[in-house]
Amino acid sequence: MTETIVITSGKGGVGKTTTSASLATGLAQRGHKTAVIDFDVGLRNLDLIMGCERRVVYDFVNVIQNEATLKQALIRDKRHDNLYVLAASQTRDKEALTQDGVERVLEELKQDGFDYIVCDSPAGIEKGAHLAMYFADRAVVVVNPEVSSVRDSDRILGLLSSKTRRAERGEGAGAQHLLLTRYNPVRVEAGEMMSVKDVEEILGIPVLGVIPESENVLAASNSGVPVIHDAGSIAGQAYADAVARLLGEDVSMRFLDAPKKGFFKRMFGT
Amino acid sequence: MSLLDFLRPRPKNTASIARERLRIIVAQERATRGGPDYLPLLRNELLEVIRKYVHVDTDAVQINVERSSEGEVLELSVALPEPKAATGT
Ligand SMILES: Nc1ncnc2c1ncn2[C@@H]1O[C@H](COP(=O)(O)OP(=O)(O)OP(=O)(O)O)[C@@H](O)[C@H]1O
Ligand SMILES: [Mg+2]
Repeated sequence: MTETIVITSGKGGVGKTTTSASLATGLAQRGHKTAVIDFDVGLRNLDLIMGCERRVVYDFVNVIQNEATLKQALIRDKRHDNLYVLAASQTRDKEALTQDGVERVLEELKQDGFDYIVCDSPAGIEKGAHLAMYFADRAVVVVNPEVSSVRDSDRILGLLSSKTRRAERGEGAGAQHLLLTRYNPVRVEAGEMMSVKDVEEILGIPVLGVIPESENVLAASNSGVPVIHDAGSIAGQAYADAVARLLGEDVSMRFLDAPKKGFFKRMFGT
Repeated sequence: MSLLDFLRPRPKNTASIARERLRIIVAQERATRGGPDYLPLLRNELLEVIRKYVHVDTDAVQINVERSSEGEVLELSVALPEPKAATGT
């Protein structure tokens, strides 16, 4: 059985690509054959975050337009031989992705025995975002604890329950999860940032994970190694926990509280 | 944080303001979701008319689209203030 998971958000820049790279890597680390697809046509970036940008020859649109086979376009990850990347095209033609084409690629991945297909959605609610979610069995809605991101997430939840193939066929919306990123417990405790509980209550769907704001994320992107590889970082550990929960394991939430500061640090520290 | 920070007024709890604002707008947007595009406008115009007679909050008018086998029903509810507080003519 293949499971197709869309990583989506509505709002841009909240951490979809970072999340797609780490969840896909985590699933592969756990032994599942996984493909991660960049749906952001015109703004290819997943290849950089996965560290395979120099090995992109053919892309998603080439496969859809029969200019290359899927086999030629899939890039095998350097570290895991059960993990593959399908890069977005850099074409400016937003119509290059077609529903039939996407369906055919996903179907072929299923035939090839992939366990998971992770779809990295572009921001917005236009065609790319629509196609990224259309065939999904499950959705991970990436959200920052910030007003516009939360509102946009709710918009996306509405589309997920009406504008997907499952919904159109009357099979009901697939599983939906929230993934909070760039969470800052210090600011939450100071009353400057909404808490996990606040966001969960407003949106009314369960939380798959909470990824703290972490400088290791930038370091990971800089070097093209998904942050989940950085097992010493809290962001890496939080992503590993999210992968475990995605696989149905019961793992309690970590990194939700601000680190305790000593008296001196509180008075004179930063 | 310096010692001076203790003397400045503390910032308000803006997270709870964010939460309350989102609660209202998300509920409103859910209610009109999937309905015709004019619903939010209709809601605002209704609110203006109602406010000519009685002072109500901006979220006092709730609109809901219910779908049934017989078609769509536009549900409208207006929360009036407590009788004592009402100042309308
Ligand atoms: N947990 C985190 N801590 C710190 N920085 C983060 C975290 N998650 C993401 N970022 C940073 O946020 C920025 C946006 O991340 P990313 O590209 O993953 O977002 P996106 O949702 O894919 O954006 P787009 O909508 O443009 O596709 C990047 O600079 C990334 O390094
Ligand atoms: Mg992205």
